This record gives sequence, C-alpha cells and structure tokens, in this order.
Amino acid sequence: MDAQSIIARRVARELRAGNLVNLGIGIPTLVANFVPSDLKVFFQSENGLIGTGPMPEQGMAHPHLTDAGGRPISALPGACVFDSAMSFGLIRGGHVDITVLGGLQVDAEGHLANWMIPGKMVPGMGGAMDLVTGAKRVIVAMQHAAKGKSKIVQKCALPLTSSRPVDLVVTDMAVIGFTAGRITLLETAPGVTVAEVMAVTEADLFIPANVPEMKI
Amino acid sequence: MRAVSVEEAIARIPNGATVMVGGFMGVGTPERLLDELVRQRKSELSIISNDAAVPGKGVGKLFDASLVSTLTASHIGLNPNVQKQMMANKVAVNLVPQGTLVERIRAGGCGLGGVLTPTGIGTIVEEGKRKIEVDGKSFLLETALRSDFALIHAFLADYLGNLAYALTARNFNPVMAMAADTVIVTAENIVPVGVIAPDHVVTPAPLVDYLIANG
Repeated sequence: MDAQSIIARRVARELRAGNLVNLGIGIPTLVANFVPSDLKVFFQSENGLIGTGPMPEQGMAHPHLTDAGGRPISALPGACVFDSAMSFGLIRGGHVDITVLGGLQVDAEGHLANWMIPGKMVPGMGGAMDLVTGAKRVIVAMQHAAKGKSKIVQKCALPLTSSRPVDLVVTDMAVIGFTAGRITLLETAPGVTVAEVMAVTEADLFIPANVPEMKI
Repeated sequence: MRAVSVEEAIARIPNGATVMVGGFMGVGTPERLLDELVRQRKSELSIISNDAAVPGKGVGKLFDASLVSTLTASHIGLNPNVQKQMMANKVAVNLVPQGTLVERIRAGGCGLGGVLTPTGIGTIVEEGKRKIEVDGKSFLLETALRSDFALIHAFLADYLGNLAYALTARNFNPVMAMAADTVIVTAENIVPVGVIAPDHVVTPAPLVDYLIANG
C-alpha cells in the first residue's frame, strides 16, 4: 500500500458517528475515501458547506459548488451552506470535532508548523491557524520524513501554526501521541519496526513497552 | 439602489481605492466587475479578498494586469504571479488567518472597533498586536476592516436589491456587503420583488448601492 493510503486509512479510523470533521488539502482530503459507508460523519468545507460529497459525474459540476481549493464537489442530502463568518465561527468556536491537516513539522511539544517556509514558500495560513486553535481534536496527517529528513522534530524551526498542541500525528510509519504531555510512539505501520521509526525521528520519542501495529 | 451599466459602476472607483472583492478561489467573485476594472485600468488598488485565486480568474486578473499595490488575504499560494510581485516588492501582502480576516470585516460592517481572537497567539501573527486577557485567557486584538468599495456577486437579486447566494459562492460576499461605503453587485439572475422569499434574503436591499443591469 502506498504511503498516502496508509495515512488516510489510519486517520479514517479516528472518526466517530456524528462527528463534524474538517479535512485540509492534500493527504487529509483522501481520508473521506476510507470512511465506512454506514458511518454518518459530517464533512465541512471551510468555504461554507457542511455535507460535502464526492466529485460530481462528468458534466454535472456547478460553478457555485466547490471545495476550498476551487475544485467541483457535490453536496449530500442534508447538506447546508453558510457564509465565511459562520464557517469560522464553527471552527474557532469549538464546534468542529476533528480537523485533519497536513504538516511540515511537528515537534516534541506537539506544536505544528504547516504554513510557510521563510524565504522559500509563503502561501499563507488560510484557515489552518483557526482550525488548530479551535477544533476539539487536531490530527496531523503527513509523511514521516521528507527527502530523508525527519518531520517529527525536537523543536519546530519553521513558524508555528498555533501555540495549541496537536492531539495525534499519523504518518506512513507511525502513530504518535502526546500522552501526559510526552511525545509517545503509539503504533507502527505494518512491516515497520520501532527501531526503523526511531532512526527517522529527530524528536526524543517515548517508547512504551508494547507498541502495537497500526490496524488499517 | 440604482441599476447601472458595468462601465458606469466601475468608473466611480478611483485609482488607489480600497476594494473588497467577494469570492473564494474565484467562486462567487463578480468577474464582470473585475474585467471592467482591468479594461479601465484602475491602478494602485488596495484589495481585500480571501485569497488571490489563480491567474486569469477572480482577483487573479487584477494581478495579471499589475493593478494592485496592497493585498490583504489569507492565502496566495495558488497564484504564482502574486508570489512573484510580492518578492519583487511590487505588491505588499498582509496575510491574515481566514477566520480573523472575516471577523475583522464583519466588525467593520457592524460598527465594532475590532475583535478578540485566540487565533495567532504564540505565532508570528501576534507581532505588533495588543494582547488582552479575558477571564484568564489570552486574545489578540484584531482591528476592524472597512473599504471604499465592495464588489459582490449574488445568485439572485430582486428589483429592490435584496440578494441571495448559491451554495459555496456565498463565502465572504454577505459580510463584505456590510463593510464598504459603496456596494456594487452583479447577479446571475435579476428577478421580480417577491421571488426571493423574505426568509431567504441574505443581504437586505438597503445595503446595495449599485446593481449591474442586464446588458
């Protein structure tokens, strides 16, 4: 299985019936593909919709119905729309149960950096700062390392997205949590050993006596 | 509300004006008004918009024509022209978290001096801003935003100027329609009064100054 599918499948297992969930662009968007069809989850698109559905069939796209990246989507029965003030009221006001976001770095304190690389890439934070600050639960879905460099670092060198720590990090190699404020290896990906995770993790990971394999 | 031509409406905007533009990645953006801004070459504009869209679409057209001196937005990552103009110091870009941006505009339209938000605390966004503690929690004071003009796109406008929007094309439009001295609207459909039921009017007619008439 490819890295992105491992991550998306594992994150999908965190969603519960009735959750209001906001998925960021990139790997997080794939999570929707792995939610069991009998699990009723509300997906929010930050541009003003709860009840996002899959890409419409050929020729059915509506120019006024898109995701936050401007791509055509559909709306499920029971969907509702609202303006951006309401959308971010939901986000900042603690009404979103889970947000899943991509990351550039996560550090030992659970701080996330995901919106700029000074001097190289300044796309802007979009909705990320509000999501990390306001959602009830923040899950980071990202590759464990980029070009051989760990994205799980001791301290973020890149500008932070929020001072609020994230709750869970799911990578292609591991699931990492912050039990009692300590960065902890919770699971390893299928076929990946604890030693292999440690070898590509810069942060000082706590390794419990028993680290189960990810169920995906 | 007055029904006017697109040429007449845009002629009212001077060079150097501050202009809010509705839309999200070009969805719900009044494209005809932007095309006319480009045609009349209104320059040195200060644009307030959620994002910079992409080249050739939405506010992206204003950057294609180099008409913008300042942009206040939450995201510019999908428009390489804006990135280039920012790096070359041709455009000053103020990046604002999206929820903060919309609340600053809402405050501007509602007579508030600003809002207190936890977003940005402990990040570079807090630089130069006042921190205010309320009940033991820290908030940033984010000041209100207003503009000279708001360019709005609706799905339905009635003869009075009541507006309704469609799906995700609503986004910043109704908030911006509150926060500008002059509000100019294009609509997909202009309909008789009563077609938009009172319960379904999102932007009340008295907020609209100019509605672009069908050509």
